[in-house]
Amino acid sequence: MKELKIQPIKNGTVIDHITPGNALKVLKILKIPENVSDSIVSAVMNVESKRGRKDIVKIENRELKASEVDKIALIAPNATINIIRNYEVTEKHHVVVPDEIVGIVKCANPNCISNSKEPIQPRFIVKSREPLRIKCFYCERELEDISSGLM
Amino acid sequence: MNFKGRDIVSIKDLTEEEILHILDIAEGMVPIARGEEKSNLLEGNIMASLFFEPSTRTRLSFEAAMKRLGGNVIGFARPGATSLQKGESLADTIRTAESYCDVIVMRHPQEGSARMAAEFASVPIINGGDGAGHHPTQCLLDLFTIKKEKGDIGKNKVALVGDLKYGRTVHSLAYALAMFKAEMVFVAPEQLQMPSEVVEECKAMGATISFETDLEKAVEDADVLYVTRIQKERFPDPEEYNKVVGIYKVDKKLLENAKKGIIVMHPLPRVYEIAPEVDNTEYASYFRQAFNGVPVRMAILALVLGGIK
Repeated sequence: MKELKIQPIKNGTVIDHITPGNALKVLKILKIPENVSDSIVSAVMNVESKRGRKDIVKIENRELKASEVDKIALIAPNATINIIRNYEVTEKHHVVVPDEIVGIVKCANPNCISNSKEPIQPRFIVKSREPLRIKCFYCERELEDISSGLM
Repeated sequence: MNFKGRDIVSIKDLTEEEILHILDIAEGMVPIARGEEKSNLLEGNIMASLFFEPSTRTRLSFEAAMKRLGGNVIGFARPGATSLQKGESLADTIRTAESYCDVIVMRHPQEGSARMAAEFASVPIINGGDGAGHHPTQCLLDLFTIKKEKGDIGKNKVALVGDLKYGRTVHSLAYALAMFKAEMVFVAPEQLQMPSEVVEECKAMGATISFETDLEKAVEDADVLYVTRIQKERFPDPEEYNKVVGIYKVDKKLLENAKKGIIVMHPLPRVYEIAPEVDNTEYASYFRQAFNGVPVRMAILALVLGGIK
């Protein structure tokens, strides 16, 4: 029998098909564990799957809303969100890149006003989804390396 | 078309139709800008002129524009005399200034500053340059000059020369010329060529674009020569600046071989790139271009303050 690296969860959320290596960044974006302080959280990285390697995050006893998780689409565009009830997948969504990304990544332009001590959050407009291209709302520069811009 | 209360942060905020409307209004402002006619169109209005970075033409022509229309001006030309020195944020400075005025014109060294100011202010924000970002009123006065001197915008071949990488005016102008379907040739050494993002955007709008390093070749069939200064202050490395400064020089000899009727424009200040001997020739349009800043900025102020629809 195949050994399972992580046990199935009874209730909660499984974020599957995360781009390999990005599980910890996903947790950071979702502010986990601070946001889910009563839950057991597990993360596995570089798991073999039919579609190649992937990372997985499981959050017990907490159902995350799709809109909350969409933020991770920036670094894990193929991720799926599975809501588990009594060991069964009851809902499944693919992440959707939102039209605007606020407060997740910062602008790479050191001279952009969003990188100074102003009372604003970094804000990006999605130029294209496939491939993912985003530009700063303020200075209009495109952010080339999205994952290195994570706050 | 309603301009009242609108921010003018980037040329991209305007449609072709809106740009032409501004240029039409500006044409009507010329006698007032010259002082030949009087106007009280903006009487009782106050413009705050907030210049966090040096400027000659933009600040003076905005202030002249407001005063020619009977309005008043408050503001500063150096941030040293303000609470920014005490560490006040730009957002707070803007919120304070807007309570004293009806419109804010600002220049700031950081990209995106005018866009941010527009988020905080309820009065219109007019961007007079945000770092290496946008300078929409310069772009409008450039278009006004081309239209006035060549009779049309789109039917020309425009050579943009010099610092196309760091020069903020050329990025906005290239975009606007693409909107009007003018043909463009980008004349620059490789390290100062137009950023690929701007080129892509212009091409996506259907613009015909070519690249050239040889200025002599470029003038053979250009209708407009738009020359820019190699801006020392935008170079991270002084070595890089020394390699390219003075690479293109527009003089009488060059222009003798140019297409008949060519005009030479420059957003000014110029340093080495146009020889003073060109100033008194029929080619030189740059001082008229500098004057055109006044009627164009009068039109913008009148429109955003609701003095004209």
